[in-house]
Amino acid sequence: MIRALRIAGVTALILLLWHLLVLATGLPAFILPSPARVATALFSNLELIAHHASVTMAEVMIGLLLGALLGVVTAISLAMSPMARLVVRPMMVLSQALPVFALAPVLTLWLGYGLWPKIIMALLIIYFPVTSAFFDGLMQTPHGMLDLAKVMQARPWLIMRHIRIPAAIPALASGLRLAAVYAPIGAIIGEWVGASQGLGYLMLLANGRAKIDLMFAALIVLAVLTLVLHGSVDRLCRYVVQRQNS
Amino acid sequence: MPDNPGPALQFTGSAKIAGTRIFDKLNLPIAAGKWTCLLGPSGVGKTTILRLLAGLGDHIEHDGRISADDHQMIAGRISLMAQTDNLMPWLDVHDNIVIGSRLRGDEIQSAKAEVLIEQVGLTPHRHKKPNALSGGQRQRVALARTLMEGRPIVLLDEPFSALDSKIRAEMQELAARLFAGKTVCLITHDPGEAARLGDVIFVMNMNGLQSVEPPSSPVIRDYDAPDVLLCQGQLLRLLRDVP
Repeated sequence: MIRALRIAGVTALILLLWHLLVLATGLPAFILPSPARVATALFSNLELIAHHASVTMAEVMIGLLLGALLGVVTAISLAMSPMARLVVRPMMVLSQALPVFALAPVLTLWLGYGLWPKIIMALLIIYFPVTSAFFDGLMQTPHGMLDLAKVMQARPWLIMRHIRIPAAIPALASGLRLAAVYAPIGAIIGEWVGASQGLGYLMLLANGRAKIDLMFAALIVLAVLTLVLHGSVDRLCRYVVQRQNS
Repeated sequence: MPDNPGPALQFTGSAKIAGTRIFDKLNLPIAAGKWTCLLGPSGVGKTTILRLLAGLGDHIEHDGRISADDHQMIAGRISLMAQTDNLMPWLDVHDNIVIGSRLRGDEIQSAKAEVLIEQVGLTPHRHKKPNALSGGQRQRVALARTLMEGRPIVLLDEPFSALDSKIRAEMQELAARLFAGKTVCLITHDPGEAARLGDVIFVMNMNGLQSVEPPSSPVIRDYDAPDVLLCQGQLLRLLRDVP
């Protein structure tokens, strides 16, 4: 309840500052529309925005799921095999030197204008943080537990399954929280480069037609959806971590 | 009765870690089926000996040998209990006790686990996770997990040192009863603990090992028995007098 009030308070404050900024600067509506204009644009185009938002969210969710899955599998393989660490890890770091943004046109060229280039963009942008966070967790299992397993003559894969993975769940949760914020960025970049639907596409379209209020409305919906996604992933992660140990 | 009677062990040699000498030319006999207590100040190498015995000495340069009087391998016949209980916070009492079988891919012997849970007095807590247990209860789980392994040699690295006096005394009694017949090597800082539990007692310092005559009464001894108090005092004097 207190949290809801706080969020409402902060939102009201931002809207007020925004309104005052419009009044003080006297900027025309095609440069900076007032909150009221954006709200009007939002409600009069609700169906249109909802359609594009659903496309973007589908890309984000699939990208998030696949990226997380790929990150988890990579982290476990790296943790299991020193050889994989030697070969794959430098490649992963090198791949981060390549801006994901620069890959968007190539992906669109290869995969067309549909959902897939955006899903791959979302996937690529979250793959590294998920892999990195989970891998670090897998490599930091308390020594005492590993000593115990060694004295018990445990099998490496069973140590991974019964000790190292469960011990690294909080680290994976940190990676997933980051991923929930990054994934929409990937999808939107993909949509900017080439798309026929999605919030990123709608924003470009509205901008081109000088419908700045609609562009802001789409931007706000995107921000709210990202916050909701982050909040949901955060809650889920906290629930899982808490339940794991109590 | 123990699953297997424990063999006598002989530890000899010197040890270095990253080029730094830990101890030189040590000769430690560990008596068959009895409690051998190793007492000494921190940093003298007690835990190094224990790690070498446990097969956890990959980072230790050991020049010497470790042998059993039955001439069989020691690996696979040892269980370890340390100061930290090393319980998996995500597993309940029962699952923590059977973790060894899980980690080897063996069949889970739940009936045996239940008996052990009862022996260590944790039946009402069997579905609780470690966070819901007290320090003493957690060490009881670790004790049951050690017993569950059914190994003839038990290495104890200050397992009761973090417990309060009352719980510590109870745990000593429980361990003495349940580890009967096993070859036990206990590392401790506590002269009183060595005097209560040791069939054989060594004080370890920078100059090497010194054997100390244990009280003549059988293990486990009363903490206020005159011979125990005398031995405790003697051990404390040795620990204080030697640099």
